[in-house]
Amino acid sequence: MEIVLSLAIGILTASGLWLLFRPRTFQLLLGLALLSYAVNLFILASGRLRTDAPAIIGKTGTPDPSLYADPLPQALVLTAIVISFATTALLLVVVMASRGLTGTDHVDGEEDGQ
Amino acid sequence: MNGWMQHLIIAPIILPLLVSAVMLALDERRRVLKRVLSLSTAATLIAISAALLWMVTHSATTGAEGPDAVSKPFVYLLGNWAAPFGIVLVVDRLSALMLLLTNVLGFTSLFYALARWDRSGPRFHPLFLLLLMGVNGAFLTGDIFNLFVFFEVLLAASYGLVLHGSGTERTSASLHYITINVATSMLFLIGVAMLYAATGTLNMADIADRSVGLPLDDIILFEGGAAILGVAFLVKAGIWPLSFWLPRTYAAAVPPVAALFAIMSKVGIYVILRLSSLFFGETSNRIAGFADNWLIYAGFATIIYGTVGILSARQLTRIAGHYVLVSSGTLLAAIGIGGQAVTAALLFYLVSSTLSVSALYLIIEPVERNADEEDIIAGIAEPVFDDEYVGGQVEEEEDEIGVVIPGTIAILGGGFIFCALLLSGLPPLSGFIAKFAIFDALFKMTIIPTTSWIMVALIIISGLATLVAMTRAGIDLLWTPAEDAPAHLSVIEVVPIGLLLGVCLTLMTMAGPVMAYMEDTAASLQTSARYMNAVVNAPRTGQADAPSAHSPAGGNIAPPANDGVVIP
Repeated sequence: MEIVLSLAIGILTASGLWLLFRPRTFQLLLGLALLSYAVNLFILASGRLRTDAPAIIGKTGTPDPSLYADPLPQALVLTAIVISFATTALLLVVVMASRGLTGTDHVDGEEDGQ
Repeated sequence: MNGWMQHLIIAPIILPLLVSAVMLALDERRRVLKRVLSLSTAATLIAISAALLWMVTHSATTGAEGPDAVSKPFVYLLGNWAAPFGIVLVVDRLSALMLLLTNVLGFTSLFYALARWDRSGPRFHPLFLLLLMGVNGAFLTGDIFNLFVFFEVLLAASYGLVLHGSGTERTSASLHYITINVATSMLFLIGVAMLYAATGTLNMADIADRSVGLPLDDIILFEGGAAILGVAFLVKAGIWPLSFWLPRTYAAAVPPVAALFAIMSKVGIYVILRLSSLFFGETSNRIAGFADNWLIYAGFATIIYGTVGILSARQLTRIAGHYVLVSSGTLLAAIGIGGQAVTAALLFYLVSSTLSVSALYLIIEPVERNADEEDIIAGIAEPVFDDEYVGGQVEEEEDEIGVVIPGTIAILGGGFIFCALLLSGLPPLSGFIAKFAIFDALFKMTIIPTTSWIMVALIIISGLATLVAMTRAGIDLLWTPAEDAPAHLSVIEVVPIGLLLGVCLTLMTMAGPVMAYMEDTAASLQTSARYMNAVVNAPRTGQADAPSAHSPAGGNIAPPANDGVVIP
């Protein structure tokens, strides 16, 4: 479980960073999206990994915290997903506008060597 | 207890949120109503922050039982959840000061925008108020994930505002700006997750409390998390080498927006000051002074980069942008050096430099109006998308509430000289007092380390560079006889500039009391235990046995029951 999660975070981060440093705006967008997936998984890991454990404690009895998954990182991930989705959508609009105004999809608004 | 005073704490967040929500529902053509609404909201925000500032200082004098009763933070429990579980808002001296500064800048920038800038694109006023809400929230919150949310609110609003007015340069600059900030938000989240993994809490005071007893493994995780989080804030503050986006973005934004953005880099400074005093203060034995040296040297590098930028800049907006960097660098290096006297001086410098750079951003556009048009970004560009707003786009000159003031050049020149003196730190204005206070604090130490000498040298050199650049620009723009008729200068533009410079004048004449306030603020930052106790022990309302030190009789301004003053 740990190795799978760390591999997933690592591969997503590496691919995201590589794309982030590419000169095309579409690669930039995808890179940021991949990075945000990696970060979301990372937040989930901060609550310690557990499988088959519920996050919500029932009403009856005195609960044993060790039987439950940490609900807080899950709430944080939800917030982070919503925010990164919204900013990516906004960035997409700006990318389109930039493409329309400059006629190129280079991140600097002009091709290299011009 | 008197309930409404207590709810005043959340008003700087709620009020702009509600008003901007209402304005989003209003039609874009009801300009007058929107202007009245947003300007009165901004004015109310000033009143609220002044009231909060008064509450915070007042609590110190009534509840004083000795020299250590310096500051008593007011804690507001959202949803009435006890401190580590719910989100808290905290007002102490530092937050109240920053709130007042923000809302003064908000009011003046908004006033200036009424001259014509609010008409160069849709939904200026809601975005502007949402930005104010985000900044206010970031100053108020005591929860680190909530801080992230407020950062995103202010960033999202700022993306819209940078794009306001449209045009190729703005779109291109904001593409970089948004990318940098989205990437930085990832760092922010990673840092928060690591702090949570190490301490198991998100409340700033609780994190500071638990960080003291961490085992060695977790300390490494904690320091790593704090470092990554710190990088995220340093990007906002514009530290070298993460600052190349800042001058360009600020230059591309329309003047009132750039004037308000002067506070945005200070949000990063504020958080670093707050968190380093909480997490790495003197009481947090093993990790005390974490990364202080990094802050000092990175601050020096930022001052040098900003100074070179000021000297090489050919547009005034670029000079102002690089001055923001110099100011950030000075503040960060001062935070790194630390100590009560230096902290007090840096707070004075923060207020003075923010106000003066904001005034400079406002005065640039009228000054450059006479100059050649080629280098200046067009104020109002053609629309990018064919949306509903195409009709009301370009209407610059005809219905401007403007008069041709005979002494236009005299007013502009006077204001410009005023700004130049403030920015370069020449006597007698507040810029000089701020720098002098920093020097004084640096030389107060018994052994003066080399870094202090370097700091003094850099501050003097950066001031000289600013003076040179401002003089050059002033000669070019104001002394060169213009071929055209003198520029139109509307009263709406003069008033906010005058207000900002007036506040700087007040800072100068009232330097004694203001400095005393800063010293108390610095003292309360040094004793972070008070802040932590106030947050952790804040009683929930509705609990009869609230552990309040003195139960207020109610009716007057005595702090409400959840002032959390008890110190064991």
